[in-house]
Amino acid sequence: MNTLDRKVFRELWLIRGQVLAIAIVIAAGLSTVIMSYSTLESLQQTRERYYQEYGFADLFSSLKRAPLTLVQRITQIPGIADAEPRVLAPVRINLKNYHDPIQGQLVSIDKHNPDAMNKVYIREGRMPVKSQQIEVLISEAFAQPHQLHPGDTLQIIVNGRKQQLHIVGIALSPEFIYQIAPGTIIPDFSRYGIIWMEREALETAYDMQGAFNDLSIKLTLDADDKLIIEKLDDLLKPYGGLGVYDRNLQVSHHFLSEEFKQLDEMGSTFSFIFLGVSIFLLNMVVGRIIASQREIIASLKAFGFSNMAIAFHYSKLIILIVCIGIVLGVSAGLILGNNLAHLYMEYYRFPYLDYQLQVKVILYSTSTTLVAALLGTWFSIRKAVQLQPAEAMRPEVPQRYNVTFIERLGIKKYLAQPSRMVLRHFERHPVKALLSVFGTAFACGIMIVGTFFIDAMDYMVNTEFNLSQREDLTVTLINPTSYRALYELNNIPGVLRAEAYRTASVKMHAGSHSHRTAIQGFSSNNVLHRLLDTQNTAISIPDTGILLTEFLAQKLGVKIGDSISVEFLEGKRLTRQVHVAGVINQYIGLSGYMNIDALNDLMQEGRVISGAYLAIEEGAEYTAQSILKNLPQIAGVEEQKSMVESFYATVGDFMLTYIAFVSGLSIAIAFGVIYNNARITLAERSRELASLRVLGFTQAEVAYILLGELGLITFLSIPLGMLIGYWLSYGFIIGLQQDLFRIPFIIEPPTYAYAILVVICSALISGLIVRRKLNQLDLVSVLKIKE
Amino acid sequence: MNSEVVFQMQGITRTYEMGDVQVHALRGINLKLYAGQFAVILGMSGSGKSTLLNILGGLDLPSSGKVYYKDLELSHASEKELTSYRRYHVGFVFQFYNLIPSLTALENVSVVTEIAAHPMQASEALELVGLSDRMNHFPAQLSGGQQQRVAIARAIAKNPAVLLCDEPTGALDIQTGITVLETLDVVSRELGTTTAVITHNASIADMAHRVIYLNDGQISKIQQNKIRKSPNELSW
Repeated sequence: MNTLDRKVFRELWLIRGQVLAIAIVIAAGLSTVIMSYSTLESLQQTRERYYQEYGFADLFSSLKRAPLTLVQRITQIPGIADAEPRVLAPVRINLKNYHDPIQGQLVSIDKHNPDAMNKVYIREGRMPVKSQQIEVLISEAFAQPHQLHPGDTLQIIVNGRKQQLHIVGIALSPEFIYQIAPGTIIPDFSRYGIIWMEREALETAYDMQGAFNDLSIKLTLDADDKLIIEKLDDLLKPYGGLGVYDRNLQVSHHFLSEEFKQLDEMGSTFSFIFLGVSIFLLNMVVGRIIASQREIIASLKAFGFSNMAIAFHYSKLIILIVCIGIVLGVSAGLILGNNLAHLYMEYYRFPYLDYQLQVKVILYSTSTTLVAALLGTWFSIRKAVQLQPAEAMRPEVPQRYNVTFIERLGIKKYLAQPSRMVLRHFERHPVKALLSVFGTAFACGIMIVGTFFIDAMDYMVNTEFNLSQREDLTVTLINPTSYRALYELNNIPGVLRAEAYRTASVKMHAGSHSHRTAIQGFSSNNVLHRLLDTQNTAISIPDTGILLTEFLAQKLGVKIGDSISVEFLEGKRLTRQVHVAGVINQYIGLSGYMNIDALNDLMQEGRVISGAYLAIEEGAEYTAQSILKNLPQIAGVEEQKSMVESFYATVGDFMLTYIAFVSGLSIAIAFGVIYNNARITLAERSRELASLRVLGFTQAEVAYILLGELGLITFLSIPLGMLIGYWLSYGFIIGLQQDLFRIPFIIEPPTYAYAILVVICSALISGLIVRRKLNQLDLVSVLKIKE
Repeated sequence: MNSEVVFQMQGITRTYEMGDVQVHALRGINLKLYAGQFAVILGMSGSGKSTLLNILGGLDLPSSGKVYYKDLELSHASEKELTSYRRYHVGFVFQFYNLIPSLTALENVSVVTEIAAHPMQASEALELVGLSDRMNHFPAQLSGGQQQRVAIARAIAKNPAVLLCDEPTGALDIQTGITVLETLDVVSRELGTTTAVITHNASIADMAHRVIYLNDGQISKIQQNKIRKSPNELSW
């Protein structure tokens, strides 16, 4: 190591507090990138591998019933490599000692076909075999909360008939990585389960001998999927085909992709902000270190060091600081990433996790940081190096101070000399002061972005479940039925009110846009289940036309008064034109809404309902649920309370964990920025302040000048910080819009208050540290050194 | 004097801005310095002597006129040429020592020996200035005189052809000042270095071969000393 390198290390050690603070900020930025992207890459790779190994299909379709002989015709379509017919059946599951209704999905497996698509992975137990009992596999996500294992039994109601099933294995499938009940958007693992049954057994149970109602397609590599979808749609239409769709519309795949998009968005937003701030901070500190070394630089030049050599010397300082940040950031990022990925694994059912060290992510992020840091500080270095050595050795020209604007306003007489010094210093160095204010404001802003999510989530849940969907239970019937069912539901003891609804799967088309979703129809005098406008006031459903969720209207590119074409995927499969009567505010899901009678008219069906929303008397929930559970025509019952719980437990949990990491990091950033600022100010002004001490100022008076400046910076940074936080959060929300849910842009006052509190506390702690240093100033030695 | 001319200055002027004020530091200097000579440039504060030294050392460029170091025209040298001139030919001693506080005495010297062409050992240089027992001390642990001697060791360690000293005793008391001057005297005699010392202290002039009097940016007088005093004979 040469002598100049030793200088680098010694000086780093001298300012170790600041070095650590910057390194932590850099580490915060880097660990966010690494955490987000290594998780993302790992999950994507895991998904890809899983899809490959377990033969996830390329196209999917549900239909009413088609003979198995049709499969041969399907496989003859060019581009189709394989087609697998299956039987799927909705069931209700009864478990001993569990009173809430459980929905389930029976899926046939063909164990004679080794090339089957959507193969199951057996986590525990074995594949079902033909025996006197009906042997089944159940999904791990469902087995876990109920502690079901091979050897246990469960009862199902399929086609209104009860059947006893014997669990022989716990399984996973690429089709159900995100296990969610049809028509819902929040996974509820204990109230929805997948059951795999041998094809023959299921055919018998569901009266589907020699037929199928679900089709999976594997395409050849060069297949034109659009064309194939068209051909298949035509072929399946007579058999009640509900429309062929690709992976993008497959529920599990779709939600997973949305989640990945979201992770990507969060990663890029936070990384951008964090890295930006850390480079800003690095620049501020290094710039001032270099400024304080102008004489040393001049001497080095006098000894014959070239500009390059000196620039390289100071670059090493930056590289070392960044390297400390990189070591901290990469380790933290890997640990956090691993944790985050495992958290995802609890909700996304993969058989394994390919959590690999994402060398690409690490290399990319660290080199970006390093290059950005060097580029950012290059200006300071260049300025110092370009100074003529003779000029650098001359004392700097005394800075020109002016009577400040504030003083000129006539309040001079109220300001003591120290206050004037604070103000004049501030006005003399407007850029430096602004940068400090800006840095602190950014710290405040980051705190807001890091925490406002909790407000937004709470607001979203409150709006959706307390203001809009106020029912206690949602009952779904097996088939659309007459209003008599509603009266029956109303008569169940404990049911206070029942409101009918009709739901229909549709594909909406507008111009070149189309979207597969559902239309819900209900009465405009609903009290329980209502729609809200952007001000959260209940709106009544117009007698004609359709109301669209704002995000759906945007997706379709339509506005009020436009007409959309609605292709019904059930019933008579009509395609009808409907005009958009309004746009509504909804954070969860993407649907269209109509008056129930208008919807029935549009479908050319009589007055039928798909289910009902119920309000249950307090204390009567258990009785009501037990009765509902035994009604054969009921397909499922959703409990509002448990939906909210599972929302927080799943979707909320990822976000909040991520946010917890992020807000922890933002506290580190806030403190790093403020502490550094205080230390630099101290270093720059210690001589002046020591002189004042010699002239007879007390420690407190001198501290006032320094801390007054810090206080002023903090004070000015807070409103700016709130503004930055507001805009950053807004930008973030826009990026996170997705089908599953849109996070409302809500920042509650306590979030601002919390951010301000962190900033003020950081300022106070930094102030105390600086004040201690100030009290230790060696007055005599300070005066001996020349200016 | 028939020695080789080391420095030659023709019509050197130097003007610079200091805030709102324009300072005419040098107003037409013509001067030759000869090999192996010990020259003292004497002048009051503000007479332009530091500017003169900075120009000789390639730290600053004149506003007009020509200055040569041997065959190299410093007044038109590129940044690269000036850097290598300073690196291989010049040793500097500054009034305020300009030691790097984070490096020890030995390391402060090594900084220079590491980049020089034919340096002596850093420890040897410190021995020459009588500081072999203080090598591992940091500047803050040394007295002013000791610091200045480290600075001299640093300047001579590269075996420079010229040694330029800016008020080397300016910040020191008499006794320490004499020790430092003795060191300079010994070094310049032993190494045959061309030495230029600038000072406002007239008594130092007695130890020089030649004294150049500088006043308000102009040379007022050049004096040859027939007899050079040794530093401990100086009185001020």
